[in-house]
Amino acid sequence: MIEFRNVTKSYNNSNHPAVANVSLRVERGEFIFLVGPSGAGKSTIMKLLFREIMPTTGQLFFIKRNIINFTERDILKYRRLIGMVFQDFRLLKQKNVYENVAFALEVLGQSPRKIRQKVPVALEKVGLTGKEKAFPSELSGGEAQRVGIARAIVKDPLIILADEPTGNVDRDNSKQIMKLFESINENGTTVIVATHAWDLVDRMQKRVIALKKGRIIRDEQYGGYATEY
Amino acid sequence: MEVTLLNINSLGYCLRQSIVSIYRNFWLVLVTAGIIAVSLSVFGGLLLIAVNTGQIIRNVESNVEIAIFLYDEANAEEIQFKLDNLVGVRNSTFVPKEQGLEEFRKSMNMAIPLDGLSGKNNPLPDLFRVKAVRAEIVPELAREIQEFPGVEYVEYGEKVIDILNRVTGWLNTVFLVISSLLALGAIFLIMTTIRISVLSRQEEIGIMKYLGASNSFIRFPFILEGMVIGWLGTLSAALVLGVVYYRLVVLLKQEALAFFVQPVTDMEILLPLLIGLLVIGTLLGGLGSMVSIHRHLKV
Repeated sequence: MIEFRNVTKSYNNSNHPAVANVSLRVERGEFIFLVGPSGAGKSTIMKLLFREIMPTTGQLFFIKRNIINFTERDILKYRRLIGMVFQDFRLLKQKNVYENVAFALEVLGQSPRKIRQKVPVALEKVGLTGKEKAFPSELSGGEAQRVGIARAIVKDPLIILADEPTGNVDRDNSKQIMKLFESINENGTTVIVATHAWDLVDRMQKRVIALKKGRIIRDEQYGGYATEY
Repeated sequence: MEVTLLNINSLGYCLRQSIVSIYRNFWLVLVTAGIIAVSLSVFGGLLLIAVNTGQIIRNVESNVEIAIFLYDEANAEEIQFKLDNLVGVRNSTFVPKEQGLEEFRKSMNMAIPLDGLSGKNNPLPDLFRVKAVRAEIVPELAREIQEFPGVEYVEYGEKVIDILNRVTGWLNTVFLVISSLLALGAIFLIMTTIRISVLSRQEEIGIMKYLGASNSFIRFPFILEGMVIGWLGTLSAALVLGVVYYRLVVLLKQEALAFFVQPVTDMEILLPLLIGLLVIGTLLGGLGSMVSIHRHLKV
């Protein structure tokens, strides 16, 4: 479904590229961990996938189409197939839980009827039924992240991109969040998680792509975090 | 999955969003709308003045006459025929010397005995009174008539017309300059307000982009907000102007002055003026926010 072909991304203010000559394929329905120390290029790969940035050299394909040549409209359609989950949740403070999730559908111009239908389902999936009226400031890190996940899945995305989703969540909640991703993946959604949480990676035995200084140093089908860093 | 970029649901959402935004920046919106109201009141006031001077000028114009004095031996019928066929003449009346004397007697209020001046002793010439269709063609018309055979001399309120034409031209220029300045001021105001609105929603805009919102979806509420502010400002300006103007009209009607200056009260003229003002204010608001968004909202 997604293919990186010799992708390099250099930023102007840095000598070495953030991502160097990366080639990889992601099939539909895969669960992938992107691991590696800070500055290894995980976030850059996420941004490339979201087409927030363009590769300096190399090609990037989504279902046989070159993402680089996308028009503004294509980009928009493409992004609507992707659900993003952030380390800092990025919830709207002045909206409550329900409104934050509904927002993802409002932005896409979906009808109020459809929104009323889908938001409770998404909230139930992440186990937040009953918390609809709470505001982000009243939530724990784990709960806030589950709102973030509900917001990402409510539009039935093809792909979930999660950048350090457990970075601001305690250990117990982190486990639950990873379980959530696993169940989302079991329903056919491709999930790509960039993370530092080595114990969770080890436990889940999913495909692991390890990065170091912008290069892929390992790509294992049922891997662990490994301790070579 | 739906890929509609902007549909009826989005429009509803955008509308609600603008209302929320106005509510959140209530005081700022109020001050902006207030200043717009003040500037548009001045603008509207000028418009009303222009409409009224227009009316006064038309009044004067319709009263401007060319007096054509004839030689005793002139052929009045021939001259009448020529006047009737001259472009720019609205109407012409022949005043024989007897009638002229009669009018003179009346205007003198019969204070002077003029009995001895009737008949052959009448010192007045026959004359034509001509009204032009517009004041500014009077001088040219007078020159042409002067060339007619049998015409001794032509007279018209040369100075009055000259002054009138200059004042109108001058008023129009002043009006244009002040209105443009006020319009620019209103646009800048809206730009600033929308800029603050954009900045205060920067985080939300970022999230919207991640959620796949189209540019028009992000921009539209701000444009609406600007238009609403412009509209509110103009609406208050229109109300203030309406009340002040009404008072003025009532006042003028009581004064003797009203005999000379009759204010325009025709709703067929005033209503389009107010509606036009509202449309202009709303459009200015939209324009201001578009410029502001273009400069401050990188989507």
